[in-house]
Amino acid sequence: MEEKEIGIYIHIPFCKKKCIYCDFPSYSGAELYMEPYLYALLDEITILGTKFSKYDIKSIYIGGGTPTYFKTSYIGRILETCFSCFNVKENAEITIESNPGTLGKKTFLELKRLGINRLSLGVQAWQNELLKFLGRIHTSQQVVSSVRWAREAGFQNINVDIMFGIPNQTVEEWMVTLENVCSLEVDHISAYSLKIEEDTALYSMVQNGVIHPMDECTERHMYHEGISFLRQRGYIQYEISNFAREGKKSVHNLIYWKDDEYIGFGCGAHSYINRVRWYNYKDIEQYIYTMNKNGHGMEYREYIDSNIERFEMIMMGLRLIEGVNKAEFERRFGKPLDFYYRDAISQLKRNGLLDENDSSIYLTPRGLDIQNTVLLAFLDYMG
Amino acid sequence: MPSSRQERIRNFCIIAHIDHGKSTLADRLLEETGVIKQREMEEQVLDSMDLEKERGITIKAKAAKLIYERDGQEYVLNLIDTPGHVDFSYEVSRSLAACEGAILVVDASQGIQAQTLANVYLALEHDLEIIPVINKIDLPGAQPDVVKKEIEEIIGLDADNAPLISAKEGIGIDKVLDCIIDCIPPPKGDESAPLKALIFDSFYDSYRGVICHIRVVEGTLKVGDMIRMMATGKEFEVTDVGVFMPELHPVDELKAGDVGFVAASIKNVRDARVGDTITHVDRPTKEALPGYRQAVPMVFCGIYPADGSEYDELRDALEKLQINDASLIFEPETSAALGFGYRCGFLGLLHMEIVQERLEREYDLDIVTTAPSVVYRVKKTDGQMVEISNPVDMPPEVEIEYIEEPIVEAQIITPSDYVGPVMELCQERRGNYRHMEYLDEVRVVITYDLPLNEIVYDFFDALKSRTRGFASLDYEMKGYQVSELVKLDILLNGEVVDALSTIVHKDKAYARGRAIAEKLKEVIPRQQFEIPIQAAIGNKIIARETVKALRKDVLAKCYGGDISRKRKLLEKQKEGKKRMRQIGSVEVPQEAFMAVLKIN
Repeated sequence: MEEKEIGIYIHIPFCKKKCIYCDFPSYSGAELYMEPYLYALLDEITILGTKFSKYDIKSIYIGGGTPTYFKTSYIGRILETCFSCFNVKENAEITIESNPGTLGKKTFLELKRLGINRLSLGVQAWQNELLKFLGRIHTSQQVVSSVRWAREAGFQNINVDIMFGIPNQTVEEWMVTLENVCSLEVDHISAYSLKIEEDTALYSMVQNGVIHPMDECTERHMYHEGISFLRQRGYIQYEISNFAREGKKSVHNLIYWKDDEYIGFGCGAHSYINRVRWYNYKDIEQYIYTMNKNGHGMEYREYIDSNIERFEMIMMGLRLIEGVNKAEFERRFGKPLDFYYRDAISQLKRNGLLDENDSSIYLTPRGLDIQNTVLLAFLDYMG
Repeated sequence: MPSSRQERIRNFCIIAHIDHGKSTLADRLLEETGVIKQREMEEQVLDSMDLEKERGITIKAKAAKLIYERDGQEYVLNLIDTPGHVDFSYEVSRSLAACEGAILVVDASQGIQAQTLANVYLALEHDLEIIPVINKIDLPGAQPDVVKKEIEEIIGLDADNAPLISAKEGIGIDKVLDCIIDCIPPPKGDESAPLKALIFDSFYDSYRGVICHIRVVEGTLKVGDMIRMMATGKEFEVTDVGVFMPELHPVDELKAGDVGFVAASIKNVRDARVGDTITHVDRPTKEALPGYRQAVPMVFCGIYPADGSEYDELRDALEKLQINDASLIFEPETSAALGFGYRCGFLGLLHMEIVQERLEREYDLDIVTTAPSVVYRVKKTDGQMVEISNPVDMPPEVEIEYIEEPIVEAQIITPSDYVGPVMELCQERRGNYRHMEYLDEVRVVITYDLPLNEIVYDFFDALKSRTRGFASLDYEMKGYQVSELVKLDILLNGEVVDALSTIVHKDKAYARGRAIAEKLKEVIPRQQFEIPIQAAIGNKIIARETVKALRKDVLAKCYGGDISRKRKLLEKQKEGKKRMRQIGSVEVPQEAFMAVLKIN
């Protein structure tokens, strides 16, 4: 059996309050379900652990929701179960997402003691009015303390999530956010363009005309300004929305972008392993119910044939600034990129959206802005 | 003198404006005479095409034989349904020619409308006895006395004894039947003379071939007879004769005065044209019945399969439609923008819309239609006169001496409050005022000569919107007239898109060019590159718009490994792209071609 290194994702769907832009499986007022959810989760980890115990785990990512809204002891039991069911590597990256409004000083020490070595803070914006508008429960002052406490507790790998393109956000406000986040000396920054998803409070506001989405021109300006600002501060852009200091790229997210394998636990969690992608029920109750009844919480699964896999590798790989590695592609599919995509590649190069060097194909800055358009050209050759 | 058999026959039709209740009255007559029972009756039996039911109009004429008993006498009442739209006025005239009388249905609240009037004039031309009937008297807005007066003053018919009815509620139907028997003269015609039968409609039946709806004017027709179509000269052996019950019901023979059908293994409706005269091969009549003419298409457009691979399906569908529609013509054409398709000719706009809709609904085809064009006559500098029905074929400006365009005489009936807006509209559409006549204190008929080219776009919609739906329109072809016309081209990314070219009046070219460019800017999605849209006359650019390049088309985040979702979004986007036309490097959605039609 081949040696495989995979990732584990664990979803904690509880929040103190749901943000207006969030379309993720996360629920407020569902605290009653916390304990049954924990047991369902532990069952799922144990059951799948038996099946996939032979793989090495290089990353565990606890996302949400707000995982730090879950009891720390519950997080501990989850990790213990992972350690006992899987072969988690010594130096594995173990991340937890958290909301600065849910963290006391003590929590950081406890999390660190559980083996967690990477912290991802949802900061979003520096202006308290914008935070309030977004439905965030924290202030930027709490962000400052959280980072300080985390450092004191020994966290050497801290990410912050920030957003641009928030309705009514000004370019100045965005630059202030970047400036302050950089001065916190964090290791990794995810700078996302806010997407107004259907079935969110924000979407209805836009539909009702209460809120106007930002114009694309300003939004792109923020993006491009952000990239050059962060570069000056020593954060290297390595993915469309991600920036890292030397050696601090996210091991876990690279699994997705390199189209590698992972197992997700919990409601709404996605998995991809041995050519199968599947995801669990999003609803907490339904997840717990099917977990108890059937021993799995799966809502959907699909088989990924090599045609699809080829496209997915490109779709994900072109999110990376370094692009898709030619040798890696050929190793996986037995034939070089050119064999499948020569026409698409030359057309995209002609149009200034894509470039290549000896080792890879990658998007130009213009290509990064309209990645979907580029992918459609590849999709035409999916066969 | 009518024979005693003929004494008990009445052949009649119903004329009415759309929605005035023609089909409902027909249904009631069928019901009252027991042809169909109420419970087995689907609403409006005679209008059997879906489209007809939806639009409340009759596209193809139909017929039904009603048996009505009065005072111990059995009468045969042949109801001939007529199409109610101006595009089909020739068909209407043939149906009228098969009757001795007509019931004129007028809505008690709306009064006489343009089409009513047009059809009444047609009926009077055929010397029909006209029985006015005032319908919808049950409605709150009914003003039967006002409408009676209108009928008397406008049409000059005595409406004193006009039955007041409600077809919907079944009120007064017996009075209508009495009037039919008492007022409409029975048919005449020598049963032993050489055969003379008028084809007033035909349709294709996959078992029996073409079924001709006929009115026997003279002579007798039986199964086994050898017949000849006098206009086409085609000869056939009769396999069936019968009457409409309203389904086809075989009989031994049809005699002078009868209405019925004949089938003779005829393969195509083209061989049994509406208006043609049927006679016997071995004992032919000397003279055909008057009034036959070949349908002349007035409006043309290109029809293309949205998916190029459906070209053969489109041809099959057009051929099938043509079997039943002698006035539809088509021939292959190629467009640089749209690929392979067909240039199709229609009697008018409604006919065009009907064909388009039937292709989509009945044949499940996805089609792209180009802007409709009329037939222009172009006098070239070399003295040649050419007819142009596709803007693409327009010779270069330097080779043109002059261009003539078709002109129609349009009659618009409108409440007097809207005279201003109507005249303004006609003026905008290059109309030539003829005259105006007050039908009564509140209604006016306005007559204009209008270029057909101005009517084919959205004249009817504009008329309706400017008169809050009250005005009605009728038009007929008048002739050709020299006009200052130019070919307006549209360029995308510097390339002329043939399917978007139109012919317009010089004075309107600028405004129209601008409007089309603006509209296209709305419907063409942003793409990788900036796309210039230009309108041009010859080499001269008269309008320009730009579709800006796409600035952003990327997902910021791939949430928690949800990769299937992203892939599926892209696959959906790709499906959407498939429905676009690639013109040079520009992707053009199908609506773009339709958008050109909707510009005022």
